[in-house]
Amino acid sequence: MMYSYYPGCTLKTKAQDLERFALISAQVLGIELAEQQDWQCCGAVYPLAEDEIAGKLSAVRSLAAAHSKGEKLITLCAACHHVIKRVNADMYSNEFVRKRVNNYLQLPKNYNGEAKVLHYLELLRDDVGFSKLAEQVRMPLTGRKIGAYYGCLLLRPSNVMNFDDAENPSILEDFITALGATAVKYPFRTECCGGYLTVNDQEANEMAANIINSAIGLEVEEILTACPLCKYNLEKELGTNTKVRIVYFTELLAEALAIK
Amino acid sequence: MPRIGAFVCWCGTNIAGTVDIEQVVQAVSEMSGIVYVKDYQYMCSEVGQNLVKTAIKEWQLERVIIASCSPRMHENTFRKAAKAAGLNPYLVEVANIREHCSWVHKNKEEATKKAIALIRAAVAKASLNTELIAKEIDVENRALVIGGGIAGIQTALDIAEAGYQVDVIEKSPSIGGKMAQIDKTFPTLDCSACILTPKMVDVASHPNINLYTYSEIESVNGFVGNFEVTIKQKARSVNLEKCTGCGICTEKCPSRKSKSEFDEGLRTRGAIYTPFPQAVPNVPVIDREHCLKFNTGKCGICEKLCPAGAIEFGQEDVLVTKKYGAVVVATGFDIIDLDKFGEYQYQNHPDVLTSLEFERLTNAAGPTAGKFIRPSNNKRPEKVVFIQCVGSRDVSSRGKSYCSKICCMYTAKQAMLIKDKYPDIEVYVFYIDVRTPGKNFDEFQRRAVEEYGVNYIKGMVGKIFPAGDKLIVHGVDSFTGDTLKIEADMVVLAAAAQAKPDAEVLGRKLAISTDTNNFFTEAHPKLRPVETHSAGIYLAGACQGPKDIPETVAQAGAAAAKVIGLLSKRKLVSNPCVSVVNEDLCNGCLSCLKICPYDAIAAKELATNNHGITSKRIVAKVNEALCQGCGGCTVACRPGAIDLKGFTNKQITAEVDALCH
Ligand SMILES: Cc1cc2nc3c(=O)[nH]c(=O)nc-3n(C[C@H](O)[C@H](O)[C@H](O)COP(=O)(O)OP(=O)(O)OC[C@H]3O[C@@H](n4cnc5c(N)ncnc54)[C@H](O)[C@@H]3O)c2cc1C
Repeated sequence: MMYSYYPGCTLKTKAQDLERFALISAQVLGIELAEQQDWQCCGAVYPLAEDEIAGKLSAVRSLAAAHSKGEKLITLCAACHHVIKRVNADMYSNEFVRKRVNNYLQLPKNYNGEAKVLHYLELLRDDVGFSKLAEQVRMPLTGRKIGAYYGCLLLRPSNVMNFDDAENPSILEDFITALGATAVKYPFRTECCGGYLTVNDQEANEMAANIINSAIGLEVEEILTACPLCKYNLEKELGTNTKVRIVYFTELLAEALAIK
Repeated sequence: MPRIGAFVCWCGTNIAGTVDIEQVVQAVSEMSGIVYVKDYQYMCSEVGQNLVKTAIKEWQLERVIIASCSPRMHENTFRKAAKAAGLNPYLVEVANIREHCSWVHKNKEEATKKAIALIRAAVAKASLNTELIAKEIDVENRALVIGGGIAGIQTALDIAEAGYQVDVIEKSPSIGGKMAQIDKTFPTLDCSACILTPKMVDVASHPNINLYTYSEIESVNGFVGNFEVTIKQKARSVNLEKCTGCGICTEKCPSRKSKSEFDEGLRTRGAIYTPFPQAVPNVPVIDREHCLKFNTGKCGICEKLCPAGAIEFGQEDVLVTKKYGAVVVATGFDIIDLDKFGEYQYQNHPDVLTSLEFERLTNAAGPTAGKFIRPSNNKRPEKVVFIQCVGSRDVSSRGKSYCSKICCMYTAKQAMLIKDKYPDIEVYVFYIDVRTPGKNFDEFQRRAVEEYGVNYIKGMVGKIFPAGDKLIVHGVDSFTGDTLKIEADMVVLAAAAQAKPDAEVLGRKLAISTDTNNFFTEAHPKLRPVETHSAGIYLAGACQGPKDIPETVAQAGAAAAKVIGLLSKRKLVSNPCVSVVNEDLCNGCLSCLKICPYDAIAAKELATNNHGITSKRIVAKVNEALCQGCGGCTVACRPGAIDLKGFTNKQITAEVDALCH
């Protein structure tokens, strides 16, 4: 099946591994991801100001492009997914935003939030299916204790993101199980890593430390994430500590498919 | 044209505030047929009713129009007044200018216009009204109570004591309901079982009460005074008469995997089981899903051991149909599922309990014999956190918008019970508000704080993090703004009360309505709190909304009084607004029979004599005792052969014409 694919800036710079493994795995799984032409930075942060549309335009361009091709839009970076999915919800249900954005963009056809945005994980769960994925695993990660780290961006606000139960999610654990590893649920798996506060706030370090300690407490060896910023924060806090490793979910996927 | 009198009610300012009464009176007096118009502040008052009565006599009125509130409210009042003045009550017509007009409009000019139009329609209809004579129907003097919790128990006892027969239908194997599960009861802290079990025994032994446990309602037909109910007695697999309740079977059953419903899953039970030792009847039931005999054909140990020969694997569900004069619904409530509240870790941690599990845990007859220990490690907890309003007053999709009403009180009770036995245990309660109205209720909650030193924190818990053998409760104290981290050993969640999952289905069988939250709706929130909109069907207990035991028992008594009042009448006056068939027009298609929800229409063979040749044809026939006057058949009838007395096609058309005038 053919999908429009939106990578985002971080995947081309700091988080190249996240993308690289995703793309080669997709090939093996028979998923055709066509990178969108002329995609622009998603804005990185979903703009909360209700009367400001500038920060939403780039997401709408990508959404409208995917929709005009009749394809679902696949994202990979948690932050991009968050922004694009929320902007899409605005375009669907917020008359004020929809009107102003369409007036400004003057697209060949008005865009009204019709496109379907899927995160790569949702693609695996809903379109491929974890049981089908498990059948394709060539090198099962048997015996490895892996803790999923969700972060906030994929899960919340849950009524817009519709990704999983925000308080008790299971998609990443199901993914880990499909790869043959042992999924460990640790208490802080859905807590915030500190996000951008990391730049100048001591609080953020504490938040990341809580997550790491909670995972180590249950003998987790690898913490799995889908978010470049989460990975950065957790690794920064981890420093030289080698008890646990922070990995992108796509890296383990490639490993299990024996193409790493 | 008959002589028509119109009476326009102000309803204080309810109508007069939005409708210009003077203008209405003026307009009505000019309508054709009107010979008398009168307005008054409260037409339903004695003075108002006397105005109507006097005018009927003095002006020889042949029709009466009452422009007032909904006919649901006072149609009967004015029909009675008319009757007292010698006028057939069905010659009274109500124009609803309150609910249909003044209450829903703000603009006085428009509302006045609409009120006049509504009265014009009523006048048009009334001109075509005919005298109707109500018939009398017999009342079956037996009552049915659905649900055997404290509500059903109390209702049944009160009705039985008045000398009437009562059948109680209980879905589970024993009566008792939630009250049987509770340890002590607020506000007096008396033991729940001690005050409940004697009543349960009274029910079982009362000569006027007949118990159907492990039974459900299959279908309900008929109407007030004459309900015909089919009861499904589920196969118990144990003979109720033969069993002596010795308990050998339940003890020796090798299957031990099923979770005890009565103990909220904190203990397992056999596949043959009695829910609790004081169960009424004290006769076990086989849970066929988990019974080895039913699953593999092997075992049958209970049958071999039973000294009374009471085990009957071959039993089947039995349907029994009986007639009742009145029905009381007392099916109670549940607490919500906590699946959607992942932040509290209920699914993930054995020491996070629901309030009902806590009741079992502290109960002397419960899974730990009353020893207060943590399910995870059997050690006594040192710190316990209670969280109130879990899913109550929660407008998000995972909760209930209402206050569950009982949780503030039972949480205070539970906290106090811990402190009473183990003063060294630290107890915290997170709350949004403390709501304890009720006799001696506020004093009760204050005792928890002032005498027992329970720490009440106004604020919510954001999340619970299991860490080692502790549960770290992250919350906020909204008075100080501080975020708190409490290292607890046990957390108790006051889960919201909710309607029974099958309430809507049962409601449909009984033709009674449920509200947006699936609780059964009373006929009037203030003046008819135990009646439903279906005559002869009453409500008691938590099936109508969350309630504590005192309120439940009061409501049960009230429902019983209504039933006794109904059954004490030998005869009821039937509604004369029923369908009639014009046999000359009826072509026997029987579309009416198919759509009638009350089974009130049957086919009848008619012999016709046409110039000496007799032939037979089929026509529809209405059973007037069953017809409820819904009018569905009149719409389904293509040749227009069936009509509804009091609401004939002609009358309705006249009304519509007058409205569009
Ligand atoms: C944790 C907790 C603690 C409480 N503590 C107190 C307290 O200390 N003091 C106090 O005053 N109140 C207390 N309450 C409230 C008390 O439980 C209720 O007021 C009371 O149980 C209501 O009685 P009921 O008969 O209406 O409903 P229920 O007790 O729910 O009984 C309903 C019965 O109907 C049966 N039934 C249901 N559906 C059907 C059907 N379709 N057909 C046939 N039968 C059916 C059920 O099996 C059940 O036996 C507490 C409640 C909870 C949850």
